[in-house]
Amino acid sequence: MLIADLFFYLFASVCVAAAFMVISARNPVHAVLFLILAFVSAAGLFILLGAEFLALILIVVYVGAVAVLFLFVVMMLDVDFAELRSGFLAYLPIGAVIGIILLIELVLVLGSWVITPQVAAQITTPVPPLNEVSNIKALGLVLYTKYVYFFQAAGIVLLIAMVGAIVLTLQHKPGIKRQTISVQVGRKREQSVEIKQVESGKGL
Amino acid sequence: MAEIWTTYIWPVLVITAHSLAVLVTLLVAIAFLLVADRKIWAAVQLRRGPNVVGPFGLLQSFADMLKFIFKEPIIPAGANKGVFLLAPLVSAVLALSAWAVIPVSEGWAVANLNIGILYVFAVSSLEVYGVIMGGWASNSKYPFLGALRSAAQMVSYEVSIGFVIITVLLLVGSLNMTDIVLAQQGDYGMFSWFWLPLFPVFIIFFISALAETNRPPFDLPEAESELVAGFMVEYSSTPYLLFMLGEYVAIVLMCALTTILFLGGWLPPFDIAPFNWLPGVFWFVFKVCLVFFMFSMVKAIVPRYRYDQLMRLGWKVFLPLSLFMIVAVASVLHFFDLAP
Repeated sequence: MLIADLFFYLFASVCVAAAFMVISARNPVHAVLFLILAFVSAAGLFILLGAEFLALILIVVYVGAVAVLFLFVVMMLDVDFAELRSGFLAYLPIGAVIGIILLIELVLVLGSWVITPQVAAQITTPVPPLNEVSNIKALGLVLYTKYVYFFQAAGIVLLIAMVGAIVLTLQHKPGIKRQTISVQVGRKREQSVEIKQVESGKGL
Repeated sequence: MAEIWTTYIWPVLVITAHSLAVLVTLLVAIAFLLVADRKIWAAVQLRRGPNVVGPFGLLQSFADMLKFIFKEPIIPAGANKGVFLLAPLVSAVLALSAWAVIPVSEGWAVANLNIGILYVFAVSSLEVYGVIMGGWASNSKYPFLGALRSAAQMVSYEVSIGFVIITVLLLVGSLNMTDIVLAQQGDYGMFSWFWLPLFPVFIIFFISALAETNRPPFDLPEAESELVAGFMVEYSSTPYLLFMLGEYVAIVLMCALTTILFLGGWLPPFDIAPFNWLPGVFWFVFKVCLVFFMFSMVKAIVPRYRYDQLMRLGWKVFLPLSLFMIVAVASVLHFFDLAP
């Protein structure tokens, strides 16, 4: 158990430190890189909990795709650090007030939150023992049977978000030459090449 | 005291020995595969390739390595020093760490994970960070353009690689790499490996692997003719060596993945006398070399893609095709009651 404990403290402290650096790093690209470090250490914590599937999905989806796009956008932004810092003192009081209100709300909610002792009995689908069914199989067995409507609904929400993003960015500009592969491939030699006999000493 | 020895120290020593065995073998193999790559490339272009260092130029990679190590690492004045030096390390370490779960023969893996293939997929999806960080930290135009290209390219092709892996997993019913190979054991030898029933997927995987590892014809992140050397422009000496190493380790990893997913891993082509005398490691290495030969030939033969064609191929051809293949394979398995 000693090794697992040591790794828990390692991942947890790295995660918290990285999360703090995300908000305190001056350079936005460094902030995103620290965010990635926080994601990876959170994945390590998941593995320690025995949720290896969630851990790897977190890495594949968030670190491998979402954070890449974050980085992609942040790298291309032309951020003026002096301008960013100049407004800091002016916004500090408002920011501090909002932060304190949020903190009080969190304390009020979490402080009075008690998990009912019967919660294990409330779960309609019992968790199968780990030595019989693997993590992924157990997830799949409930996700595609009992929770299939929620799964589909989540898919539809994502689809709508995707369609919305495409509608917002798609522009049809006139006068742009596009490559049409089928037209290109379907082009015959007679349509495009014309052989002319050029006499020497004369142009066409 | 004895308990600490048996529960902690001895397993750590065993794991370290296993990892060292894999890493050393892999690095030596890559030194020779690099020479092979250059030799094949040269042979296609009717050149001789490296032929001075050692017999037939076999020791060329070792000479190159020494040269890289003894040169001065130059860090540009405008570069972001920490990230600049971290990028090649990320690239090399991630590529090497994926090898922990690759079974070279039955039971010959450092870690026989139940989620082996997912682990490899996760680690290879992180490899893009080496490129992006290197390109950004160089603080120069060409590396930055290379980094932007690679970010889009590697994320795009990862999608189709993910779907291809799902198609294979439908036939296997497990994410364990050893199970994936054992599921290909059949009565017809090499014809019961997955390359035949999943032939279109095999082709998609091969081409996506080329794109994922930035190999020609998809080497747009480092296109010499337009971007000098892409994200590697500002790198020299050992950091450059690490980038190069990471790239080739990732290429050989993709060859090994192709072998495991489609070419039956360590299984002999036919389970009859002369073939099954040879140990499984031989067949695994042989198949990896075969796939690597295909990678080299593609590099030598095919001209570089244009960037918009690359994106079109990834999103408009491979993504729908691999999605369709998942539906098709799942339907066949369901209706003929073949699912494992």
